[in-house]
Amino acid sequence: MLDSVLFYFFASIAVIGAVLTVTSRNAVHSAIFLITALLATAGIFLQLRAEFLFIVQIILYVGGIMVLFVFVIMLVNLDVAVRQMQFTRQKWVALVVSLALAAQVGLMFWSVRKMPGQGLAVIAAAPVESLKPNSEEVAKSLFSTYLLPFEIASVLLLVAMIGAVVMAKKRT
Amino acid sequence: MQAVIQATIDFLKAYWAPLLCGVIIVAVLPLIAGYIVLVERKIMADMQARLGPMRVGPHGLLQPIADAVKLLIKEDIIPESADKLVFWLAPVLSVGAALLSLAGLAIGPAFQVAKGINIGILFVVGVSAMGIFGIVLGGWASNSHYSLIGALRSSAQLVSYETAAGMALVCGLLFAGTLNVTSIVEAQYNQGMWFGLLAPVAFFTYLVASIAETNRAPFDLPEAESELVAGYMTEYSGFRWALYFLGEYTNMIVVASVATTLFLGGWLRPFPRTHWLNFLDFFPALSMIAVGAYCVMRAPKQPVRVQQLFMLAVAGLCFVLALVLAGPLLLPALKPSLAVAVKPFQDGILGSFWFLLKVSAYIYLFMWLRFTLPRYRFDQLMRLGWHFLIPLSIINVLLIGIAMIVGSYLHMEGGWLIFATIPASVIALIIALFILAAEQKHQPQRAGGASDSYAG
Repeated sequence: MLDSVLFYFFASIAVIGAVLTVTSRNAVHSAIFLITALLATAGIFLQLRAEFLFIVQIILYVGGIMVLFVFVIMLVNLDVAVRQMQFTRQKWVALVVSLALAAQVGLMFWSVRKMPGQGLAVIAAAPVESLKPNSEEVAKSLFSTYLLPFEIASVLLLVAMIGAVVMAKKRT
Repeated sequence: MQAVIQATIDFLKAYWAPLLCGVIIVAVLPLIAGYIVLVERKIMADMQARLGPMRVGPHGLLQPIADAVKLLIKEDIIPESADKLVFWLAPVLSVGAALLSLAGLAIGPAFQVAKGINIGILFVVGVSAMGIFGIVLGGWASNSHYSLIGALRSSAQLVSYETAAGMALVCGLLFAGTLNVTSIVEAQYNQGMWFGLLAPVAFFTYLVASIAETNRAPFDLPEAESELVAGYMTEYSGFRWALYFLGEYTNMIVVASVATTLFLGGWLRPFPRTHWLNFLDFFPALSMIAVGAYCVMRAPKQPVRVQQLFMLAVAGLCFVLALVLAGPLLLPALKPSLAVAVKPFQDGILGSFWFLLKVSAYIYLFMWLRFTLPRYRFDQLMRLGWHFLIPLSIINVLLIGIAMIVGSYLHMEGGWLIFATIPASVIALIIALFILAAEQKHQPQRAGGASDSYAG
């Protein structure tokens, strides 16, 4: 019961936040709503007892990326941005895509309802005491099973970082 | 309906303790922050050979309450061209993040809101880092140049110094091998040594970075009053301003607690495993008796009768506290059968005493630095962060890791590890100083640092 309440609470906040991110005309308001959506997603991770993912979501997305977003938005002259056209005019394409998406989601709901047992209620996660420590398990799988993808990803990030430094450097 | 009520009851049954702790923290913390301000003003006065606040209550002891009343009844001004919603939201974010991060801290072995939280230190650091939005959004929403520049400076400063602080924390976590706050302190007990002594360079890096992160002098550029009026909170007044202030002081407590937990042995007393020092357990009670006796001695010299009574009341409070602190130690001596029942109380009371003592010492160090060092210039601040602290902390993590592997090959156990980690720290410091020197030779210091785009 508690799990269902928490899941639908955070999920609805995330969806509303995401919608408002796209529709609000002020860039800073958009950023705030995006932060709300990201925090709600972190809440869903916590409801699934994924403590480590919860805090990584907050540190990386909210504490890192969004701070830089807001930082840049404040440096941009917002008055100009508000007067510019913010929405493209591909209404018909958008309509088709969103209808397809709606059909998919509807199909999912329909099939869920047909499943035996739970229906739309969220299955309660296992009690915390019975789970292995979260961060240790993540570390183990990252450094043993998924070592190669992990290293490739870190090299990719390093390349991006060096690229940014090279581009930002003044040519003398 | 029945299910909802049942679920609520179950929820309260399972979570009443953390909820109660949370409510207590939220209720008591403004008072603590107010008294930290008073202590700060008193220390400042002492260092500048003045008396400080003396009017409200004996020695100004009721000053924080008077200040709080003043702030609450002040007019609440919102600038005409401000973004109302964000202006309202920003101080709340600032305070909320700071208070929430307290939930992950353990004051003594028994007192922790989020008990046994596996991601302990990460939770505290990550959540308190969200407080930066309060500053940035507040500065933007005020629609004022001073505020905006203050907010920009603040966010640049926080982002720069967070890397160094994080790397310093990684050093301590390498020794502990866990993120859980309780396990970190237990690891220091087993090691027989504070991690701050094992990795002094990491502790130093964290100290500097934590001063910069809490926006305090000598790094209080975001609110440099001689340049920016009051930085991001220029347009705030009354209660909203008080909220920012509360957030700032809570953040101070948070960084001090993190440093205490990770580097200063948490709630362990000095030398916890040396048995002939067991008399140190009586130190809390004895210090309280000393303070009480001092109050009794000074009371007749107060000029006003009310103040005499007040001093005596403070003395009485100290004696009661001494009794509370000594009680769990004395009871088993009188009645040995109680020893097992009293043990958790003994650990809890003594533990929280040592923890709070270390946190206060750390905060005192903050104040001492504030009244001793002049303010940095913004480009100097950025150079210190990027050219010295970040390389230092990264090299330090690398070398400490190597030192730990070498130490395990040489069978250095417990405190003996210090003979591997101290040389590693020294080498890291030397390399970082070389990098700094090379950097400055390569790029001679510009007068005024005018080319730095963030310098206000």
